Amino acid sequence: MTSADTVEGRDVVAGTGSGRSPRRPRRGGGQRQSGAGWLFVTPTLVVLGLFLVVPIVMALWVSVTDWTGRGSPFSSRVGFVGADNYQALLTEPGLSRQDFMISLRNTFYYVLGVVPLQTVLALGLAVIVNQRFLKGRTFFRTAFYFPSVVSSVAISLVFLFLFTGTGAVNQFLGVFGVDGPTWFSDPRGLIHLVGQGLGLWSIDAPPSGLAGTQVMSLSLWDWFSGPSVALSAIMLQVVWTTAGTFMLMFLAALQDLPTEVEEAALVDGANAWQRFRAVTLPTCARPSCSSSRSGSSAPGRSSTRCTS
Amino acid sequence: MSEIGIDARTQAQTVKDMRRLDPTGRPAGDGGSVVHRSSRGKKLLVYLALVAFALVYIYPFVVQVSTSLKTNADAVAHPLAVLPDPWTTAAFARLADTDFPLWFTNSVVVTVCVTLGRVFFNSLAGYALARLRFRGRDAVFTAILAVLAVPGIVLLIPKFLVLNYLGIYNTYPALVVPLLVDAAGVFIMKQFFESIPPSVEEAARIDGAGTFRIFWSIVLPMARPAVITLTILSFQGSWNELAHFIIATDDPRLFTLTRGVAQLTSGGLGSGNQFPISMAAALLMTIPTAIVFVVFQRYFTQGANAGAEKG
Repeated sequence: MTSADTVEGRDVVAGTGSGRSPRRPRRGGGQRQSGAGWLFVTPTLVVLGLFLVVPIVMALWVSVTDWTGRGSPFSSRVGFVGADNYQALLTEPGLSRQDFMISLRNTFYYVLGVVPLQTVLALGLAVIVNQRFLKGRTFFRTAFYFPSVVSSVAISLVFLFLFTGTGAVNQFLGVFGVDGPTWFSDPRGLIHLVGQGLGLWSIDAPPSGLAGTQVMSLSLWDWFSGPSVALSAIMLQVVWTTAGTFMLMFLAALQDLPTEVEEAALVDGANAWQRFRAVTLPTCARPSCSSSRSGSSAPGRSSTRCTS
Repeated sequence: MSEIGIDARTQAQTVKDMRRLDPTGRPAGDGGSVVHRSSRGKKLLVYLALVAFALVYIYPFVVQVSTSLKTNADAVAHPLAVLPDPWTTAAFARLADTDFPLWFTNSVVVTVCVTLGRVFFNSLAGYALARLRFRGRDAVFTAILAVLAVPGIVLLIPKFLVLNYLGIYNTYPALVVPLLVDAAGVFIMKQFFESIPPSVEEAARIDGAGTFRIFWSIVLPMARPAVITLTILSFQGSWNELAHFIIATDDPRLFTLTRGVAQLTSGGLGSGNQFPISMAAALLMTIPTAIVFVVFQRYFTQGANAGAEKG
């Protein structure tokens, strides 16, 4: 039995932990702690292992085999094919490459739209709700945050209703004489529409230079389509839903802002915009406030629907 | 929370004082009025923006409630109208004829199991990682942190394969067990346990209490705020979960609200758009969240920020 070694080792581990009193554990208690420690983390490790680590390994393994989807991917009849699947996806022209490229394009436009819009909206909401003269700040903070905690299915249903062809949004736009699109069922790209609006091209007869050049199974015309109207509606929904969460983060940062800094700016004669640019914005630009993570997390929330 | 509130108030007072002092050193009367006027204009602007945003944020929920009480024809013809004409509860009656009550029950069962499990297992692991000394502790913690970074959506199909392999596909355990632990929850609990002074535990240990007993009767009760935060995050997470339930079952008897309603409203209703029914379904699945949210609002905001710091 190497109990002396174990105790030494344990102390080393304890030493690397956060500053704790340098109490040496009694031998019996220490051994009990070691057993209890592993016992306490075992359920977590088993569940995370089975439903996260194993799937990760499995996904990696399957991606380098010729597994057809039937039987176990670990059976002996499944062969290792190296990077063949990746090569097929990226170099062989065909439907799967085209689908993959469309999904890449859509994700790119999605992130390009959602991240800045979300950040600006969240910052705007935070600055407004942070105004000290405002009455009912708690109420508005609650209202802006509430969509973040509601089921994405429920929110999708409401948005599907609001954004139908004759729905609330289009009726509202109609008040200003705008004839709204059919939103969730409109596959036309935004850039295509803007170009047509400016008289640069016609969507029905795209310029042959763009439509005729294929890059990775997708014509240049398709690459530069911009997000479709349907995807834009989804993006609006996601921005609306998640801005409240980021608003809370910005608020936390704003409330951490030392009074002296703002006072100093005031004494120096900075006007409201200068104070916002030079004081508020840098405060909110701390890493903990960055909303860039949303690019990867938001699609998961709104994955109830697919888009064209 | 209250500390921040006081801080904000003193801050506001100081800023007001600064204004009165007129730091720019302009002639008192003139400068004062300029500041006064601009701040009134600013107030008006802020209020206008606030009303506009409030409308954008509250109106969809108003529409949801009022449409659920409309007839289908009324909902299609007057989507903007707040008051139904005529009033009817037909949508709720039709919903009661579907499997909606079953889905609701399933959601409640799953949510209760997942929430209890998460609070217990996450606290256990968080306590071990914060306080107990054992070999490999740092490695375990690093591994849990690493798992936080994996996007769940790419693992859906392998997760289905694992469930199938374990033979629990299409059972309640398949709905519950994979959600029983979440890495973020372990992290929140660990952070909190580290903030509790260890002297109390030491006293209990000297009195001869076992590790689990110290955890259960002494440390866990002291961690009440973190436990409440975790309870709420778990409730919200499992009540709103959809992707996992899609891969864990295809048996209609095991559908939860999210799964059932998504299916019902994407064609399960037969003819055309039944907006009052889908709004009623959306409303009924929002109400439990809304109640928990209003009652425990403070903890929601804390949870959101705890989640923020981890990244």
